[in-house]
Amino acid sequence: MAVLKVEGLKLVYGAGTSFEKTALSDVSFSVNEGEFIGIIGHTGSGKSTLVQLLNGLLKPTAGTVELYGKNIWKEPKKIRQVRFKVGMVFQYPEYQLFEETVYKDIAFGPANMGLFEEEIDKKVRAAAEFAGLKEELLEKSPFDLSGGEKRRAAIAGVMAMDPDVLILDEPTAGLDPLGRDALLSQIQSYHEVRKNTVILVSHSMEDIARMADRVLVMNKGKKEMFDTTENIFSQGKTLEKMGLRVPQITRIMLLLREKGIPVDTGVLTVEQGFREIMHHMALLS
Amino acid sequence: MSAFIEVKDLFFRYEEAENTPFALDGVNLTIDKGSFVAIVGHNGSGKSTLAKHFNSLYLPTTGDVLVEGMNTKDDEHLFDIRKSVGLVLQNPDNQIVAGIVEEDVAFGCENLGIPPKEIRQRVDEALRAVDMYEYRRHSPDKLSGGQKQRIAIAGIIAMEPVCIVLDEPTAMLDPQGRDEVIQTIQKLNREKGITIILITHYMEEAVLADRVVMIDSGKVFLDGTPREVFANVGLLKQHRLDVPQATELNAKLRNCGFDLPECVLGEEECAEALFRLLKPAGKEDIPTEE
Amino acid sequence: MVRDITLGQFLPGHSFIHKMDARAKILLLMAIVVFIFVAGNYVSLLMMTIVSLLIVLMTRIKFRMYLKSMKVILFVIIFTGLINVFYGSGEVLWEWQFIRITWGGIHNAIFVIIRIITLVMVSSVLTFTTSPSDLTDAIERLLKPLKIFHVKVHEIAMMMTIALRFIPVLLEETDKIMNAQKARGADMESGGIIRRVKALMPVLIPLFVSSFRRANDLAMAMECRCYNGGNGRTRMKVLHFSWRDLAAAIFLLLTFAGVIVCNIFVPAVM
Repeated sequence: MAVLKVEGLKLVYGAGTSFEKTALSDVSFSVNEGEFIGIIGHTGSGKSTLVQLLNGLLKPTAGTVELYGKNIWKEPKKIRQVRFKVGMVFQYPEYQLFEETVYKDIAFGPANMGLFEEEIDKKVRAAAEFAGLKEELLEKSPFDLSGGEKRRAAIAGVMAMDPDVLILDEPTAGLDPLGRDALLSQIQSYHEVRKNTVILVSHSMEDIARMADRVLVMNKGKKEMFDTTENIFSQGKTLEKMGLRVPQITRIMLLLREKGIPVDTGVLTVEQGFREIMHHMALLS
Repeated sequence: MSAFIEVKDLFFRYEEAENTPFALDGVNLTIDKGSFVAIVGHNGSGKSTLAKHFNSLYLPTTGDVLVEGMNTKDDEHLFDIRKSVGLVLQNPDNQIVAGIVEEDVAFGCENLGIPPKEIRQRVDEALRAVDMYEYRRHSPDKLSGGQKQRIAIAGIIAMEPVCIVLDEPTAMLDPQGRDEVIQTIQKLNREKGITIILITHYMEEAVLADRVVMIDSGKVFLDGTPREVFANVGLLKQHRLDVPQATELNAKLRNCGFDLPECVLGEEECAEALFRLLKPAGKEDIPTEE
Repeated sequence: MVRDITLGQFLPGHSFIHKMDARAKILLLMAIVVFIFVAGNYVSLLMMTIVSLLIVLMTRIKFRMYLKSMKVILFVIIFTGLINVFYGSGEVLWEWQFIRITWGGIHNAIFVIIRIITLVMVSSVLTFTTSPSDLTDAIERLLKPLKIFHVKVHEIAMMMTIALRFIPVLLEETDKIMNAQKARGADMESGGIIRRVKALMPVLIPLFVSSFRRANDLAMAMECRCYNGGNGRTRMKVLHFSWRDLAAAIFLLLTFAGVIVCNIFVPAVM
């Protein structure tokens, strides 16, 4: 069943002024319940605009966003309810922390939902666990945490609202390799346990390739491709033409192919590359 | 090449208290003039703390840092040191002072009391060197992250430093911006002979340096050419660092007993090595398809 | 949103006015403002209005931009206009005591409205045609004599430069933080005053924290570039008066003389 369905979405910033700019035009697609969707595209491709339309932070100039078959702008007064169901983690989310303690900050979302104390408590603790925050950090001031912990606390603040769809915009930006890997596997396990829909926006194809079922490629404010992860990434050349960076391992495979070795070019991780080469070695002997 | 920066038995802790751990724990390092050195390490390894010692923003708790023989602890050399060692920070937004690109680039020269005509020349030259000359009259807030970072670099170049230290200059940029910045610093190193110290955790960037220094918990663990350092795939991973995918794949296959070089760096080198392994027997070299 | 405001914005160009010295522009603007108020009758006010329009034309900036900056203070214009119509005493028009009070009010209103409009126009000319840094630079130099009274002129100018540089950055950041908190269900649009102020905390606190972080970074970046206050500092741009400034000054002096003559020989009413 489709959780989100987008049709003919268009967004024009500053309509009618000299600064008029079409950020998005004619985007249609739908996302199924429990899917993990990756969105890629370079800066200015419209991907950030798109996700802000999905949870009603921006209102489309034309077109509709449907959540469970219902237009989210049908009752503009209830748009907050949409935002609780479609949770959004912005880029560098640690800059939104403001409460005295990490616990209170994570509780901000659930409290806005008007939940009871015990329910909030349950959600906060569950979210903290999903985000990999240790229990003892909850009573600390968010400003005393390390960079990586702050990021987790902020993500927990959105997870705590228990949204049906969780959108993350570049959640790993600025993290070092270990921090990045840890965060991604936490998101993965959150997705597996909760079985809800996750939309991950990223520049990093490696990250997307590792996690997404389907990938949406945005280019110049338009939907360029929307297909399964393997199908998208086997078209390395097309992606490079759009100014997207394919992983180094994919480029190695593309080079080998040019040299006449019939390797699979849909390889995205070192592990896959290793298996692919081993497979060819076996064929040789 | 001669020693430009010498770090001798450097210990540093943020607080005076005796029991706090050292952020830098006995670092010895010599940086040659004209070289391109990458300092790698995970977040919190001490690499940024070290960077701030090179132009006396931080002073050693014990030990010394010498820039062209001048001790960074020496107050009278402060401006000479900062003139010859420029520092570019991570966040491109927070280091631009003026509201017009060229005026920001001029800021450092103005502080040095250089005559107006010469500032003009230096600013134009610096902006050309980072390929931002056509944006000289723009306001920085409409530029991309990569462009802003190049403006920050131009502001340092205009002061005609011997060395530029870049503290994770690409951490907040998108892939395109990252490329722009890296290409710019490579060019400065090659064409102008400016010494580059690049602090980063992106291994694809470190590969481009002449020398890679890996630090963790304030100590130097590895120091050598990229080829020497990246041969230690296991050790790098232990210290929470990545290895370029090409290097990792090569190492993995080599561990299985295949006849591969000890260390490969770029994708072309890796593809070449794999090709030699995989090419059909009998044929010597297939001409590459165009 | 906030970024659509044109008042105080710089629009680069190559007109006569753009090329004038910023100090000259400030001083002449101040003189024009004084004379807009000195102009006591329609003839002299018309003179000042025509001169102002002429200056606006000379900037070669689309008139629409001026209208936009007018829009921001439209309310002020209408409000003061009305006040003057209703409360206009006949002081200035003592010759017609009788019907005259209302007439006086209307005259007053017209005068005030024209004055405000011309005022906004000429001040827009200054900000439209002068880069913020030229402006602060000019202010720094004009205020230099105050140094003998221990006024920290350089520091004030530097603060203005930095403020101008970071206003757009902070506006954008405010937007981002607001969106992030809205995404967590923050409700900033309803409730009484106390609730609204409380609802602002999730935006203000992060904004504060990030401003401090930025200030810290900026201070470090400035130190790295050998900033050491105003002593021994040179400037890349040297401001110097040119024939343009002289021409503008002479032209305006003639106008001002005209206004004074008008004020003396034409009665203060029509």
